[in-house]
Amino acid sequence: MRAHKLLAGMAALALVASPGLAEKKKKEETVSPAAKAAREFNKNPFPSTYRPYAGEPTALTGATVFDGAGGRIENGTVLLADGKVVAVGGADLTIPANFRRVDAAGKFVTPGIIDIHSHLGDYPSPSVQANSDGNEATAPTTPEVWAEHSVWPQDPGFSRALANGGITSLQILPGSANLMGGRSVVLKNVYSRTIQGMKFPGAPYSLKMACGENPKRVYGAKGRMPSTRMGNMAVNRATWLKAQEYRAKRAAGKLESRDLAMETLAGVLDGEILIQNHCYRADEMALVLDMAKEFGYKVSAFHHATEAYKIGDLLKAAGTCSAIWSDWWGFKMESYDGIPENAGILQKAGACVVIHSDDENGIQRLNQEAAKAQGDARRAGIDISDAEVIRWLTLNPATAMGISQQTGSLEAGKMADVVLWNGNPLSVYSRPDKVWIDGALLFDAADPKRRPVSDFELGQVGEGDVK
Amino acid sequence: MSPRKMLLGAAALLALSAPAIAEDVAITNATVVIGDGSAPIPNGTVVLRAGKVLAAGAGVAVPAGARTIDATGKWVTPGLVVAVTDIGLFDVEGVEESNDERADKGPFNAALDLSPAINPLAQHIAVSRAGGVTRAAVAPLRTGAIFGGQGAIIDLASDSQPITQARAFQYVELGESGARAAGGSRAAVHALLRNAFMEARELARRGGGQGTDPRLQDAAPERPGDALLTRFDAAALVPVVTGRQPLYVRAERASDIRMALALKTDFPALKLVIVGATEGWMVTKELAASGVPVLATPLNDLPANFEQLAATQSNVGRMAAAGVRVGLGAFGDQPRYAPQYAGNLVSLTKLPGASGLDWGRAFAAISSVPAGILGMGDKFGSLKTGLAGDVVIWDGDPLENTSGVVRVMIDGVEQSLVNHQTKLRDRYKVPTEGALPKAYEW
Repeated sequence: MRAHKLLAGMAALALVASPGLAEKKKKEETVSPAAKAAREFNKNPFPSTYRPYAGEPTALTGATVFDGAGGRIENGTVLLADGKVVAVGGADLTIPANFRRVDAAGKFVTPGIIDIHSHLGDYPSPSVQANSDGNEATAPTTPEVWAEHSVWPQDPGFSRALANGGITSLQILPGSANLMGGRSVVLKNVYSRTIQGMKFPGAPYSLKMACGENPKRVYGAKGRMPSTRMGNMAVNRATWLKAQEYRAKRAAGKLESRDLAMETLAGVLDGEILIQNHCYRADEMALVLDMAKEFGYKVSAFHHATEAYKIGDLLKAAGTCSAIWSDWWGFKMESYDGIPENAGILQKAGACVVIHSDDENGIQRLNQEAAKAQGDARRAGIDISDAEVIRWLTLNPATAMGISQQTGSLEAGKMADVVLWNGNPLSVYSRPDKVWIDGALLFDAADPKRRPVSDFELGQVGEGDVK
Repeated sequence: MSPRKMLLGAAALLALSAPAIAEDVAITNATVVIGDGSAPIPNGTVVLRAGKVLAAGAGVAVPAGARTIDATGKWVTPGLVVAVTDIGLFDVEGVEESNDERADKGPFNAALDLSPAINPLAQHIAVSRAGGVTRAAVAPLRTGAIFGGQGAIIDLASDSQPITQARAFQYVELGESGARAAGGSRAAVHALLRNAFMEARELARRGGGQGTDPRLQDAAPERPGDALLTRFDAAALVPVVTGRQPLYVRAERASDIRMALALKTDFPALKLVIVGATEGWMVTKELAASGVPVLATPLNDLPANFEQLAATQSNVGRMAAAGVRVGLGAFGDQPRYAPQYAGNLVSLTKLPGASGLDWGRAFAAISSVPAGILGMGDKFGSLKTGLAGDVVIWDGDPLENTSGVVRVMIDGVEQSLVNHQTKLRDRYKVPTEGALPKAYEW
C-alpha cells in the first residue's frame, strides 16, 4: 500500500475518533493489545519486489502516436529515459543527444496494453487440473483468498500476451464461482522467479465479485445457499452487514482478533480495495449498484457486462466502467443478449468502456477486439476515433484498476510502458514490433533473444520458437 | 391457439420453407475476391444466374435484365466455409436442454447422424450468416466415445432445408480426449479403432453396411458372436473402412498425427482428414507425402496441454509452405471469427521468423480450401463459374477487423441479416425508455 494512502486512512480514523485530543488519548489507552493488533496489522505482507530492468534513453521518431488518453499525434516523437516517459510531442520535439533514436516512420506507438481481466497464472497453460487454481469453490464468499497466492509466474501465457498483445500490465482475478471470489493482483508483465517480483508497485487490491448464474449454479448443486439470484443477493448483503459490524468494531477498538475475510471487505468499505464485479445482465447490474449504495462502496467495473448497453445511463451516473468482450455472446443463458455494438452504445452514452480478455488467447488480441467493436459501432452510426478506441485498452483499464497515476497513457513522468506497432494497432495486419516496460526493452520482434521463454518451456519442443 | 392465429402461423411457416427464387444478379464496381487463392481484383463484377455463379472478375458484362447492385467501394467474396464447428447443435451452449453436442449417455457413437439435430433457425446460425458464413461442416465435437458420429455439411440460409450433405464424414478423437474416452490410454484408442474397423470390414465382407444409409440395410447379414460394436455402429463404419466416407481424425500431438497417418497401412482405403493439427508443422514431410489434408485450428500458440507443447501461430504457414493442403477449421469458437483468424495469418508474413499466408491464400483457407477438403470444391467455396451463388458483400477488406457484412446471398438468394442481436441493437441504440416501455419497441 502506498504511504500517502495509509496516512490518509489514518487521518480519517483520527478525525472520526477525536472530539478532543485528550479524550482521544484516553480512548486509545482503553484499546486492548489484541484490538490494536486487529487494527494496525501489516496490510502489505507480500510486498512487491519488482524493479524495472535497465533501459537506455530512447527516442521514437516519426510514428503515429496514440497517447492512450484520446490524443493522436502524426509524425510524433516519444522520449523515454530512466524508466519514465520524458516527453511526447511532434516532430519538433528536441531530442537530447544521448538518446538512441528508433526510426518509427510508418509505425504506431501506444501506451502498453492493459488487461483488466486475466487468469494467467491462476488458470495457466498447460491447463491441467494440477494447475487449476482460480476458484476456491468451497464457499460462496471467500474474500480471504488472494489471487497472488495462486499465480504461477512461469505461465507461458505471459510471454504470448507480451509478444502478440503488447500487454505490459494486467490484473489477475480469482474466478467467478463465488459471490466474493477473493483479491486480485495487478502485475507488470515481466517474468520473475516470484510473484512478488511481478507485482505492480503501489497498485491497490481489488475484490472480485460475481453475480448471476455461476454462484447459484455452483452452490445450488452442492445443496447450499445460494441456489437462486435472490439467494445471491441475500448472501451478499448479509456478508456486507457483517463487514460493516467488523469495521465499526475495529474503529471502536473492540476487535479481539483479525479476520482475513473481513479485512478485505472492510478494505472495500474504507475505499482502499476496489470492486471488480463479474455480471452479465442489465437488471442484475442495476441491483448491484443499489447494493453498493446501501453499503457505501463503489463498483469500479462490471466485467463481461454483455447487457451494459441497456443501462449506459446508469453506469455513467455511477462512474462504473464496463469491462467487456467485443462480441462474445450466447454461450450461456445470461450472455444471450450480448451484441457487438455494446462498446459503441456505451461510449455514446458517455459511459466508460474497457475491452478485457478473460482468456489466454484473447489477451493476445485486445487491440483487434477493440477494432471489431469500433467497426460494429460505426455500422450502427456511432463513429469513434482510433485514438479514443485505444483508450479502451490503456487509460480506461488503468483507471478502473487504480493505477492511472502510474501508467495507461503516454504522459511525462508516467512509467515508460510503450508498444511500437508495425502498423495501426487496430488493423488485423499489425503486430507489436517492440515493447518497453518501465523503459526496458523486453520484446523485440527482430531479436529472438528479446522473447521471454518461461521455465516450463525450456528444453521442450517449441522452446524459443516464434509464437 | 385461436384458428386465426394458427392460420397465421401456418402461413409464416410456408413463407419460411418455400424455396425463394434466385434471380439474375450483377454486382458491379466491387473489389472481387474469387477465393481460389488469387489476389483481389479491383473494379470487378460478379454475375449470378439461376442461383449459380455465371461469371466473376474484371471486364465481365452485365446481362440484360439482371438486377444490378452497385458495390462501389465494397468487396465481394464467396461465402465463408467453416469446417468442423458445432453450430446449429445448440441454442445456448451452456443451457443443457438446448444443447445436442453431447451423446455420451446413449448406446451409439459411430452410428450417430447429426443431420436431424441441426436447427436451421438457431440464433447462432443467423448470427454466423450475418457474419458472412454461408456453409459449414457440423461435427460432433463432444461425445463420450472416440467416434463422434457422422457430421453434416450445411448451408446457413434462412430456410428450413439446411442439409447440403448428411453423413458427410465420420469423426474420431485421437490424443488426450480420445484416450480418456477409450478407457484411459492412447493404446486403448488404437486397439478400439482397429477392432472397430475390423468388425466393419467383416460386416462388409458378409454383404452388410450397404446402401445410402448403411445402418438401415434390411435383411442384414449375421455377425460373429464376439462382436463388440452394436450393429448400427458397425454398419456406419463400413463406408469409412471402404473409403466411401471420409474419416476426420482429431489429432494435435506430432506423434498422434503420425499414428493417424499410419492407419492407412492397415486400412488402405481410409480417406483421412486431420483436424486440429496443432503440432502439424513438425510432421509436414509426412503430411505432404501422404496427401492427407488438414483442417487446422488457426492461432493456437500456447502449450494448452501436453499434446500442444509445440503450438505456434506459424503452424498453418509452415504446413502450407511445405505443400500440405491446409484449410482453417475447428476453431471451437464462433464461425464468424474466420476472417479475423485468416487476417492474423496474413499479419504473420510481416513478422521476422514467422510464417503465414498471403492474402489470397488466407482467404482461400476459409473458403475454397475447406470446401475442397469437404469434397465440395465443385459445388461451393469460390466464385468460379458454375459454383453455388454464395456471395457476401463487405463494406471493406473482409479480413480487416473493422469491416462488416452488407449483404449475403446463398444459392443466389438474398438472405435476411436480421436476428436477435440486430433487434436488440435497434431497440437499445437509445437506452432510456420513451413514451412506452422498451418492450413495445419492435
